[in-house]
Amino acid sequence: MKEIKLFLGPQHPGMHGNASIHMYVDGDIINRAYLLPGMLHRGFEKSMERRTWMNNIALIPRICVPEPDTNEMVFAMNIEALANVEVPERAHWIRMLILELARLSAHLMAFGGCGGPTGLYTAMYWAQADRDLILTLFEEITGQRIYHMYIVGGGVRKDLPKGIEKKILDFVDDLERRLPDYEDLILNNPSILARIKDNIMLPAEVVWELGVTGIGMRSATGLEYDLRKVTPYARYDKVEFDVPTATYSDAYARLNIKYLEMYQIIRIIRQVLDMMPGGKVRAKVAEGSALRWRIPKGQVYSAVEASRGEYGYYTVSTGETMPYRVAVRGASFPQGLLGIEKYLPGHRIDDAPLWFDTMGVCSPEIDR
Amino acid sequence: MNKKSILAPFKGWKYLFKKPVAIPMDDIFKNPRESQDNYRGFHINDWETCIGCGTCAEICPTNAITMVERSDVEDVEGSKPERPVIDYGRCCFCGLCVDICTSGSLNLTKEYLYNSSEPEDYLHMPTSEGITGKEYKLGYIQDETSDLLDLERKHMEHVGAEKRKSSFIEIVRGFSKEQALAESARCVDCGICTKTCPANMNIPEYIKSVWEGNLEEGLDYLYKTNPLPSVCGRICTHECESVCALSHRGDAIAIRWLKRYIVDNMPDDKYEEIVLSQVSKKGEGKVAIVGAGSSGLSAAYYLATLGYEVDVYERKPMAGGPMRYGAPKYRLPDAVTDHDISFIEKLGVKIHTNTDVGKDITLDELKKTHNAVFVSTGYPDTRALKIPGVDHKDVKMAMSFLAAATEYERGVAAMPDIKEDVVVVGSGDVAFDVARTLIRFQNEKYGKMNVQMLALETAQQVPATPEEVTEGVEEGIHMNLGFGPQTIQIDKESGDIKGIEACECIRLFDDNNRFDPQMDFDAKMCLETQQVYLAIGQVSDLSYIPKELQDKITIERGKIKVDAEGQVDGASWLFAGGDIVHGMDIINGVADGHRAAVGIDKYISKNKK
Repeated sequence: MKEIKLFLGPQHPGMHGNASIHMYVDGDIINRAYLLPGMLHRGFEKSMERRTWMNNIALIPRICVPEPDTNEMVFAMNIEALANVEVPERAHWIRMLILELARLSAHLMAFGGCGGPTGLYTAMYWAQADRDLILTLFEEITGQRIYHMYIVGGGVRKDLPKGIEKKILDFVDDLERRLPDYEDLILNNPSILARIKDNIMLPAEVVWELGVTGIGMRSATGLEYDLRKVTPYARYDKVEFDVPTATYSDAYARLNIKYLEMYQIIRIIRQVLDMMPGGKVRAKVAEGSALRWRIPKGQVYSAVEASRGEYGYYTVSTGETMPYRVAVRGASFPQGLLGIEKYLPGHRIDDAPLWFDTMGVCSPEIDR
Repeated sequence: MNKKSILAPFKGWKYLFKKPVAIPMDDIFKNPRESQDNYRGFHINDWETCIGCGTCAEICPTNAITMVERSDVEDVEGSKPERPVIDYGRCCFCGLCVDICTSGSLNLTKEYLYNSSEPEDYLHMPTSEGITGKEYKLGYIQDETSDLLDLERKHMEHVGAEKRKSSFIEIVRGFSKEQALAESARCVDCGICTKTCPANMNIPEYIKSVWEGNLEEGLDYLYKTNPLPSVCGRICTHECESVCALSHRGDAIAIRWLKRYIVDNMPDDKYEEIVLSQVSKKGEGKVAIVGAGSSGLSAAYYLATLGYEVDVYERKPMAGGPMRYGAPKYRLPDAVTDHDISFIEKLGVKIHTNTDVGKDITLDELKKTHNAVFVSTGYPDTRALKIPGVDHKDVKMAMSFLAAATEYERGVAAMPDIKEDVVVVGSGDVAFDVARTLIRFQNEKYGKMNVQMLALETAQQVPATPEEVTEGVEEGIHMNLGFGPQTIQIDKESGDIKGIEACECIRLFDDNNRFDPQMDFDAKMCLETQQVYLAIGQVSDLSYIPKELQDKITIERGKIKVDAEGQVDGASWLFAGGDIVHGMDIINGVADGHRAAVGIDKYISKNKK
C-alpha cells in the first residue's frame, strides 16, 4: 500500500492543544511522525527580556494554559532567590493552595480528556464541568478564571477572600464523593480498557533516554520522584501525601496514577486549609515603584512539580529592571517533541491522540 | 473481564435525570451570571480623583492604555488634563494599572459583557459611569496588599535637637548612595512637578539620572534651568513636592534632597566641565544686573552662557543676597553658596561687591554703559509694626538681625547683642530663622535659652514650612499662637523693655479671604521679655530708581510690573525679577532670572538690527 501523509491537528477534536502532528501512515499504522509546534509561538522567552519583572506576570501564565500557575510560581521563586527575599508564611500556604487547585484542574482536564480520542464524550463533559467549578474558585480568589496572574515575586497579589475556605472544602468533598464514578466510567470501562491496557507503552529506558519526568517517570520506574518530596518548595515539607507509582507504564497505568493523585491533591488541600497561618501575603522584592524594580545580578534555576512533570525557569539577571534571559524547561518537551518522532511510529492512527493525552503534553511549553 | 466491570460505566446514567450544569445560550445574554467579587472586568475611572499622571499607561504590559488630552478637563496645578483610554482589543485585564494608580481613581468592575459592531467602540475612555452606562458593581480594586508604588519616603538623617540647638552645624545630612537610589526608584516619571516648579526644572529627568547612577547627566539637567542647584537643593520651597503624584496616597518624593544629592556627589572638575559646556553662542553686548540674589545670579549665568558680558552690582561685601545674609548657616552653609557662585563667576560674570547702586553708581550710568539693565534687589527690609514702644532700641528687625548673625557665624563681626528672654513676632520661615538663631546664640552666651514666638496665626494657619515648625519646637521655641501684639511695655525707671502685651486674634481673614485681623481686646496676655524681634514680613527698597523713571513705570505695593519675559512696562531697556516682581521665593527668583535672560537676549538682538 502506498504511504500517505496525514495531519493530526491543530484543528481536531482529538488533538490536545494547538500543535500538529504530521504522520506518514501505511494503512492505519504510523510509519513516521513529526510534531509541528509553533501554533502558539509568541516568543515568550524573548518577550520576557523586554518586560519589567512585574509586567512579566501578564505574559508568563500563557506558557501553559491549563496549568498557568506553575509559571507564576517558578518566576516568583527565581525573583525571590535573586533578591534574597523572605516570603511571608501565609503566602507560602496560599501558593500551595493555588498550585494544588491548578493541578486538580489540569488532572481533571487530562483524565477526562481521554474521552475525546476514545469516543467517550461523557468523560470529557464531566471533567470540564467539574473543572469549571475550580475556575470559579480561582475567579473569586484571583479575579480571573484562566490567567490568574496571582503568584508574584514576594508572595501573592491579594489575600484570600473571606469565606473561600468553606467553598473550597465543599467542592473537594463533593469531588471526592464522585471520583469513584469517574473510575467506573473510565478506568473500569471495558471499551476504554481495550484501548489503554498494554498499549502506548513508556519503558523505563525511554524515560532515561528522553528525560521524562512527572507521572511518566513515576509510572515506568517506580521511583517516587516528585519535586514536592525531593526538593520541597513552599511548605510541601509540612504536609503529608503519598506519591503513587508503578513499574509498568501503559496508558492505563498513567491514567490510573493521575486518578490516584487527585485523592492526594484533595488531601493536601484539606491540610493546607487546616494549617493556613495568618499574616501578610506579600513582601517587597525591590526598592521603589514596580516600574523601577531592579533585581540583583545573578542566575538561578527553580523548578516545581507540574501536573506533567518538572517545570522550571532558568533566569539570568544583570541587575536591571528586566530579566536578561529566561529559559523555560517545559515539562512536556522531552516526550512531546522527541518522543513523538521516535516512539509514536508503530502505533495506530487512532492511538496518536491518546498518546498525546496520557504522556502529558502541553504544546505551548514546546513553543515558548 | 467480569460482569461488574461491564456494567460499571452505565452507573453514569444516574445523572440522566439531574439538572444539567450547562447554561443555555439564552441565559448568557438575558440573565448573565454575575462574576465574583474580585473580578477583573472593565475599568472605571473617577475623573475627579484622576490626576492624569499616566502611570497606568506606563506599566500596562500590553500597551493598551493611551493618555488623551481633554479640553473639558481643567488644566490645574498638580494634574494633567489627560485621561486614560483603554483599547480592549489589547487589554489583558491583568489589573496592574489599578495596582499602581497614584490617585486610586482607576478600578475594575465586575462587568464582562460588552458588544459592538464598531471596532472604535472598543477604545474606551473609562469614567465613573462604567462601560455599559448601566449600574455596575466594583470588582478588583486597589488595596494595600497589591500596591505597586513605594509610598514611604526614605529616611533622611537629621542632627538631633540637643546637639544642633547650640551650634550652627548643618542639620540635614544628605542622602547616601543607597538612600538616593531607593528614593529615586519611587518616582513614576509623570512630570506633574515640572509644571508646578516656577523654574520648570527637568525634575523627572534628573531623578531618573540619579536612579541610573548618571549624576553627570543629572547635573546637566539641573543647570538647564537652575544655576543655583546646591542652594536650592537645601532651601528651596519645593512646591514640586506638594503636587507630587505620590503624595496622593503616600509621601511625596524627596525631590529637593535628590537635587542636593547630585550636586554634593559630583567632583569639582566634572562639575566645571558640565557647567562651562553650557555656553551656547557668542552674544554681543553688556548687561548690568543690580542685586546678587538668586534672580540676579540666575540672569547673570544664563546671559553669560549666551555670550554676554555681565556686571553684577551688590551693595553687601558678599554676593548671594538672602542666601548669604538671610538663611542661617544650619540650613545653608556658606560653602554651598560659594560653590554655586564660583561656577557662575567662572563663566566670566563680574560681581562688583560693596557697590550700592543709587549711591556709588547711578542707574542712569549703568544704562549708558550697558545695553540692558536687570534689577533684582529683593526684599531687604522688615515690614514695620505700628504699636506703642516699637521705636525702642531693643526692638530688632529680622532682616538686619539675620544679616548681623550670619556675619558673626562667618567670623567677621561680633555676636549681636542678645538678651536672656526674647520674643519673636511672626510665624513665617523668617521668624523661625530668627528664633532658631536666637536659641543658638543664647545657648552659646548664657548656656540656657528662652525664646517665645508670638503670632496672629493659629497652628493651622502658620505660614512657615512644617519642618521648620517641628524642628523649631523640638529645639525649644515656646509658641504663643493666635495673639496679636498691642503694646511693648517699657520699664519707666530703667528704660528697658519688660514685656509685650497681646490680644487674642479672633479672625485673620475677611469673607473675601483678605488679610484683615480682628482682635478680642478683652482676651489679653502679657509675655515678659527683654527684647522683641519683628519678623512679620519683608518689603522692597526701590529708592535707587530715580523719580522720573518711577513715574514712567508701574509700581504696585512695592512690586514692579513686567511682561512675561521680565521687561518693565514703560522702560524697554529695564528688566526686573525676583522678589520685587513675584514676592519672596528663591526658586521664583531663579525662574525670573532665566526668563529675563531670554528677554534681554531678544531685546539686544532686535536693537542691533
